[in-house]
Amino acid sequence: MVESNLKPVLELQHVCKAFAKPSGEPLAVLSEINICLREGEILGLLGRSGSGKSTLLRIAGGLIKPTGGEVLYRAAPLEGPAEGIAIVFQTFALFPWLTVLENVEAGLDALGLGHAEIRARAMQAIDLIGLDGFQSAYPRELSGGMRQRVGFARAIVINPVLLLMDEPFSALDVLTAETLRTDFLDLWTEHLLPTKSVLMVTHNIEEAVQMCDKILVLSSNPGRIAAEIPVPLLHPRDRLDEEFRTIVDEIYSILTARTVESIGALRRAHGGLAQPLPRASVNKMSGLLETLAAQPYDGRANLAEFARSHRMEIDDLFPSAEALHMLEFAEFDDGALKLTAAGRAFVPSGTDERKRLFKEHLLCFVPLTAHIRRVLEERESHAAPSTRFEIELEDHLTAADAKQTLRSATAWGRYAELFAYDDKTRMFSIIAVRE
Amino acid sequence: MERPAATLLKWSRYHAAPGWRDVVALGMTILIILLLGLGAQQMVGPFSATEHSEISISPLALPYYALRTTMRMFAALAASLLFTFTYATLAAKSRHAEIILIPLLDVLQSVPVLGYLSFTVVFFMSLFPSNALGPELAAIFAIFTSQAWNMAFSFYQSLRTIPSDIDEASRSFRFSSWQRFWRLEVPFGMPGLVWNMMMSMSGGWFFVVASEAVSVGDLQFALPGIGSYVAKAIENRDLSAVGFAIAAMAATIVLYDQLLFRPLVAWADKFRFEQAAAQVVPRSWVLDLFRKTKALKGLFAPIEWLIDHIVRARLSLSSILPAWRASKLSLRVIDALWFVAVALGAAYLIRALLRFVAPTLSIDDLMEVAQSGGLTFLRVAVLIVIATLVWVPIGVAIGLRPAVAERIQPIAQFLAAFPVNLLFPVAVYLILKFDLEPNIWLSPLMILGTQWYILFNVIAGASAFPSDLREAAATFRIHGWGWWRKVILPGVFPYFVTGAITASGGAWNASIVAEAVSWGRTKLSADGLGAYIALATEAGDFPRIALGIAMMSAMVVAMNRLFWRPLYTLAERRTRLD
Repeated sequence: MVESNLKPVLELQHVCKAFAKPSGEPLAVLSEINICLREGEILGLLGRSGSGKSTLLRIAGGLIKPTGGEVLYRAAPLEGPAEGIAIVFQTFALFPWLTVLENVEAGLDALGLGHAEIRARAMQAIDLIGLDGFQSAYPRELSGGMRQRVGFARAIVINPVLLLMDEPFSALDVLTAETLRTDFLDLWTEHLLPTKSVLMVTHNIEEAVQMCDKILVLSSNPGRIAAEIPVPLLHPRDRLDEEFRTIVDEIYSILTARTVESIGALRRAHGGLAQPLPRASVNKMSGLLETLAAQPYDGRANLAEFARSHRMEIDDLFPSAEALHMLEFAEFDDGALKLTAAGRAFVPSGTDERKRLFKEHLLCFVPLTAHIRRVLEERESHAAPSTRFEIELEDHLTAADAKQTLRSATAWGRYAELFAYDDKTRMFSIIAVRE
Repeated sequence: MERPAATLLKWSRYHAAPGWRDVVALGMTILIILLLGLGAQQMVGPFSATEHSEISISPLALPYYALRTTMRMFAALAASLLFTFTYATLAAKSRHAEIILIPLLDVLQSVPVLGYLSFTVVFFMSLFPSNALGPELAAIFAIFTSQAWNMAFSFYQSLRTIPSDIDEASRSFRFSSWQRFWRLEVPFGMPGLVWNMMMSMSGGWFFVVASEAVSVGDLQFALPGIGSYVAKAIENRDLSAVGFAIAAMAATIVLYDQLLFRPLVAWADKFRFEQAAAQVVPRSWVLDLFRKTKALKGLFAPIEWLIDHIVRARLSLSSILPAWRASKLSLRVIDALWFVAVALGAAYLIRALLRFVAPTLSIDDLMEVAQSGGLTFLRVAVLIVIATLVWVPIGVAIGLRPAVAERIQPIAQFLAAFPVNLLFPVAVYLILKFDLEPNIWLSPLMILGTQWYILFNVIAGASAFPSDLREAAATFRIHGWGWWRKVILPGVFPYFVTGAITASGGAWNASIVAEAVSWGRTKLSADGLGAYIALATEAGDFPRIALGIAMMSAMVVAMNRLFWRPLYTLAERRTRLD
């Protein structure tokens, strides 16, 4: 490559982001992030929900200020949204009251251009993105795929140097997403886009490998860069290609290893209360165990293959798998999920036996549910408000994580008949269970 | 958005002969402009405050009176809109302003408009002595105060609930504040604003009747309008004239509904934020007419072009003024100073109020007001219970039959818009004729106008009730009382609460005109806070008016905070599935 082609467009140096806990202490969601995005590059940020990847993208777009570190855009510090940075949103973020043409023009209005020039550039972008004939349609008349095309047209019409994409295909169905991805890659590889570099957030591993030149895998709590994986394949990439599959497998291995590591570390810290519980229903966990036990897996499944054949994305699969790993019904094993002896015993059991097993494992391996049970037993009334635990959790987790964690603990505890919960009074109790 | 010249050219080339639509639409436009001009000319003429006899009770005068009244209402609506855009925007954008503005709005909403009419009338009359503009502005202000608060609240809430993705998109475009306001904030708030404008317009009629013919102590005036016409008819004990006034009012309401609000609702449909297509798209023949009329499009094109350019221009102050960035420390200092200033201001106001009220009032007055307040509270509570028992079953029955609901719903909304104080003379007539007890029989007047809110909200709730739940209930053969208790009542509960809040607030306000009514020289009054304020107003006893208003506001705020709001939260929480 030519020297000028390697100019960094965006640099993040030691970027951190923390939110204040109720106690006033900061709670880190991103820590020590170093990114260098060069011209001609598509960089992927891959991580599970809660890894702070969307926050990171918004920091890169100047929408959120980092608590520490520096963001350099074209070698100058970035302060707020800057000229030449455009964002494509997961939810499209179109103005429902503007037509397709007006939506695309809206991005140019802010530049204070003349109306004739605005019209000409908007029409050009609409043409390029394949929206011809839809200029006067309102977003609500369009399908999801067409709406996201408007999102793309609106972003590229300002001739962005840097294009930020926040899970741009995840709100679309599989086939539509595929069409939009290949259309985008065609424009990109033929240099028809004005954009110099792309930073893209995704939780879809195959999508990342298909599109990006380099993938940064983010770990959770706090978000850090766990691995940097170059993808040296030529476009168009074939998903069934050996090299493609190797990279996908490698990413799964990194993610599972990270998860195992963080489960272990968090279980030991703060009496286990710093451990966020994944959003996984008992039904889904049981289903996953049963599928694992059956053929062709026979107790062990490669996650990459499993995800592909069941059309699950990591945010579908990982929470349940992680919950099973925590409860020691299954365990991660280098990119695969393997049933444990307890998991094998769980599958053929009846309802009562399953509940008994589940209860045992909850008390042993999920410190929070054991903690709730203990508090209820110690109290004379055998009851406690849920806020009591929520506040306690917020000392270690973000408010959203605390809420989710308590919700999971409640659902699991109810299933195991470890305690009862009344949503009207928002009280945990064990009286109802004892009777 | 095309150049006007180009549009005109195109039109003349392809549509040489204007069709019937052009004639109708053009005719309508010209007629409306002429009428507005006629009304406006009269508004600023000389006026002497004591002439009460100028009002004619010939039915032939009614169309002109209706025009004047309607113009007052629209002037007030325009003022409300301006107020909404400034007040709500300021409250939503500035943390410091919010601390004062939002609680103030909450209180203003609860203060009975009719109560402080006397203060504002005196103020505006002194502003423009011996000119019609004084009383005219006083009347407009009274209507404004009945319209503005809910509009401002609605817009403020819209501004606070702008979805984060679309907010981020606007920020990443780097819209100027001006562009952001017209491109994002106003459109997003539009559906709520249009709905509240209609509610305000309905509510306004009630106050028109009270604010056109005013007598505060010795000060008396009557502006030409339907309200004054009715006042005169009551003075002359002319029941047929009251009937004419009611007919004129009904015709006016239908007219502006068809000519203004239907088109507005149909047009504002595009601002709905949900991405899914609507099941029922509101339509308006007037809007269709104007949209299809090529001639008019050409006529309006320059206006459209101008608006488009103004709305999309950057007009950014920050590019002219240097950006001022405060450090964290100085922000905290500013916060502290602001709090001190607000506290001092509040203390000063309370002191001034006490000084004004204290010399003439004793502890006995306070007792009397509290007692009257209790009586009115009892009335409101009993009436809401009765209205609930009557209208909930009827509303459910209607709402579950879509064909019937479609016909009844507009009627219920029309009834809510109808100013029932026009019917008061009839009630007085009946009470006198059958020699009934005013303390009991004046009470229903309070709820007469506002009970419809319960009805049409329950209808809406029952119509929206999911059919799968109804089918499930049918499969499990849940009938009778069990069906009401377990199936439909929880289903319509949130809607009912919304309607009941409006109904109860309206009933408090109505008590001022409903507890003390007159028919010719006969005056009837019940014991209660409304009558207390009304009688004090008639006597021009300002300290007692103030005391009465303060008591009523306090009771309304207390009722909202302690009863309705918790109920609303409960309704919201219990009936959600996620």
